Amino acid sequence: MTVDDTTDPQQRQAHQRRGTILLEAQGITKRFGDILANDDVSLTLRAGEIHALLGENGAGKSTLVKILYGALDPNSGDLAWQGQTVGIASPAEARALGIGMVFQHFSLFEALTVAENIALALPPGQSFRELSDRIRTVSRDYGLTLDPSAIVADLSVGVRQRIEIVRCLLQEPRLIIMDEPTSVLTPQEADQLFVTLERLASEGCAILYISHRLEEVQRICHHATIMRHGKVVMECDPTQETAGSLARLMVGSAVHDLKRGVAPREGNVHLALKGLSADAEGPFSVAIDTIGLDVHAGEVVAIAGIAGNGQSELFELLSGERLATIDTSVMIGGMPMGRAGITKRRRAGAAFVPEERLGHGAVPGLKLSENLVLTRHGTGDGLVRSGFVKTGRAGELEQKIKKNFDVRMSHDDPEARALSGGNLQKFVIGRELDRRPDLLVVNQPTWGVDAGAAALIRQELIDLSRHGAAVLVISQDLDEIFEIADRVAVISRGKLSEAIPSNKLTRERVGLLMGGLEEKTGGAGDAA
Amino acid sequence: MRLELEKRAERSTAMALLSPVIAITLTLVTGAVLFAALGQNPAVALYMFFVDPLTASWSLQELVVKATPLILIGVGLAVCFLSNTWNIGAEGQFTAGALAGSMLPILLPGFESFLTLPLMLVMGIAGGMLWGGIPAILKVRFGTNEILTSLMLVYISQLLLDWLVRGPWRDPEGFNFPESRVFSEAATLPALADGRMHVGAIFAVIAVIALAVVLMKTLKGFEIRVLGQAPRAGRFAGFSRNKMILFAFLLSGGLAGLAGISEVSGSVNQLTPVISPGYGFTAIIVAFLGRLNPIGIFFSGFLLALSYLGGEAAQVTLGISDKTTRVFQGLLLFYVLACDTLILYRIRFARPGVTAKGA
Repeated sequence: MTVDDTTDPQQRQAHQRRGTILLEAQGITKRFGDILANDDVSLTLRAGEIHALLGENGAGKSTLVKILYGALDPNSGDLAWQGQTVGIASPAEARALGIGMVFQHFSLFEALTVAENIALALPPGQSFRELSDRIRTVSRDYGLTLDPSAIVADLSVGVRQRIEIVRCLLQEPRLIIMDEPTSVLTPQEADQLFVTLERLASEGCAILYISHRLEEVQRICHHATIMRHGKVVMECDPTQETAGSLARLMVGSAVHDLKRGVAPREGNVHLALKGLSADAEGPFSVAIDTIGLDVHAGEVVAIAGIAGNGQSELFELLSGERLATIDTSVMIGGMPMGRAGITKRRRAGAAFVPEERLGHGAVPGLKLSENLVLTRHGTGDGLVRSGFVKTGRAGELEQKIKKNFDVRMSHDDPEARALSGGNLQKFVIGRELDRRPDLLVVNQPTWGVDAGAAALIRQELIDLSRHGAAVLVISQDLDEIFEIADRVAVISRGKLSEAIPSNKLTRERVGLLMGGLEEKTGGAGDAA
Repeated sequence: MRLELEKRAERSTAMALLSPVIAITLTLVTGAVLFAALGQNPAVALYMFFVDPLTASWSLQELVVKATPLILIGVGLAVCFLSNTWNIGAEGQFTAGALAGSMLPILLPGFESFLTLPLMLVMGIAGGMLWGGIPAILKVRFGTNEILTSLMLVYISQLLLDWLVRGPWRDPEGFNFPESRVFSEAATLPALADGRMHVGAIFAVIAVIALAVVLMKTLKGFEIRVLGQAPRAGRFAGFSRNKMILFAFLLSGGLAGLAGISEVSGSVNQLTPVISPGYGFTAIIVAFLGRLNPIGIFFSGFLLALSYLGGEAAQVTLGISDKTTRVFQGLLLFYVLACDTLILYRIRFARPGVTAKGA
């Protein structure tokens, strides 16, 4: 990796940092097998400061945070809390010191109420009524409206995060660690979160804010520590930097812009959905409600929406993992496919990439060449002849995909689980792109993927459409959607809005649609 | 100092092969301790148990006779376990196969032709498939737990056998002993040598080779592994979980049924209230010890067969209960499953916490 010459000095501009030192980490090193996840990392957190921890996926942020929160033991290094050397052996000890954490993936029981969920995390010995009162007080004080008796399953993601935050606040922490808190929020919900964070900081609470959304960091953070490949490469005042300079520091090289190419002309309809409906399969699944959408050759259509609004259900109906009730409600290449299985849809020229890489898009314990057979055994690639798998042919194709899509691996043809998230995603998408499909449906193409790999994947999706394929992208990432989509539809509670050309759409409008506020105007079924 | 299990990036091939070796060693060590506790000289006892049975021709043949059903059932169970289907009732399918195949020589003793044996084998396979098909259909249709249903069907088939040999199928010239009539020559599997070894051993070899090819080379084998390891990925590949449940149960049931009729026709030559020393359960150990790989199962089948012979030998020469066989089999399964952890994890000695001052 080339290192920017500008990163030589640890502190680019020695800006004034206020507040007393709360937690100091010195020379933290953590090794997982052959990988050095944290290499001599030092970090100082001060009271009243919102401190950003920036870095790509795999830069070592999560490892560092888990060490601070007592969930991992470092191999070497010291932690000091208010000047006293301490050992944090477990999250319970971290909480006892006054360190709280809000996780990226919520740890809530959906079938329980808000108060019950919070009670589970607190030391026993408090009456339920007292607790409910405290929840109301704290949530009112910080503008985090919560009803203690609501069932979690009925609440939106934004409200669920509030539960996590209130749960954390009830323990009266001095330091709050937040792991990518806005990744699941609408812009409006994120704004509300920022108000809360600023209020907490003004009261003297230290906040460690992990994110790779640069605009946010610039907007609310006072200080930033940037990590790359397990090391701290830079500390700075994010307000003094540009988003571009921060991104370069994170990635280590200039992030290239995507080439959109010419706006597409109206091509054949490769995917047509008409009146597509399906019942919810369980208490926590979403019903799909008369969805209509046309995706033409040559264009990228994106479906925006907050997680859990029917994206995975829609994907399964499109891929044929779940069959629709009406055969003509899903038309692929002009043929009714609503009742056809996934292999038949693939033979009709469609390709699919699910959200989960491990366990859905790929089998963790199988080699890459075997995972190649997973989706391509029935599509006439010569991988199977009279019932026998042609391993040689699979190996050739695996090599080709590895080369064309820059999939990096430590040794040849490893098991899927040995690859990093970004590299496996490149492989899973490359496996389908290599077929030159007429239709590609991809769910969360760059979820948890580092910036370099994400840029490559997005460019590939655009290129595929410009070569005459129809591309449907389901994504929660608005930046991504505006980067690649020609038209955008928004899914909310199983209903899909009309697909609107992206240049006629603002983030605010999408945000409102995502929150379900324009459901009435969203013409389900009468799209394009 | 603290022991920690650290996840490996990939499966360790070396450990996959070493794990059974470590497990066998630990079993022998534990066995030696047990023998010592029983007041026996451990070295002598282990010799009598595991080496002495290998020193005579008749007992080597007996080893093949015992290994045959274990291997036939074991390779079928491997397909089940690889596809994450839990057929625990092979013992019942073995019994059902023996019953179905024995219908011919018992109910139609006069029917003696070159067709008798092939028909018996086909009926035996069908009986095993029928018995295996019940839990599969219950699971596919109603979502029942196949571990419970297949296990309960074992007891049903055993009680059915018991009732038949004491009642309707009892030998009319058998002085009221609870036994069926002895099979005629035409209904007996030919012997392979001068002793008790019979043609069933060839069926086992064929099953090993056929399933090794299917599992390693074909799309069906790929489907089995994918559905076993990641059902969602299997659905994404277009494979059907329900069809796989039926396939795995019918295949393993059929092979267990074949083992049952081969054992009865080739070795016992009549039905008695007990026709198996627990082959169907021991085959579970055989399958896991053999890495769920047909070739590995071939060898582990012989090892477990040896534990049966050793138990008998130890009872005769040392006067210890033949229940030691069960103890050894249990120990072995316990250690194999424990050692298999090392395939995906490595053991690390961790220093206690950061308080111990690192840098």
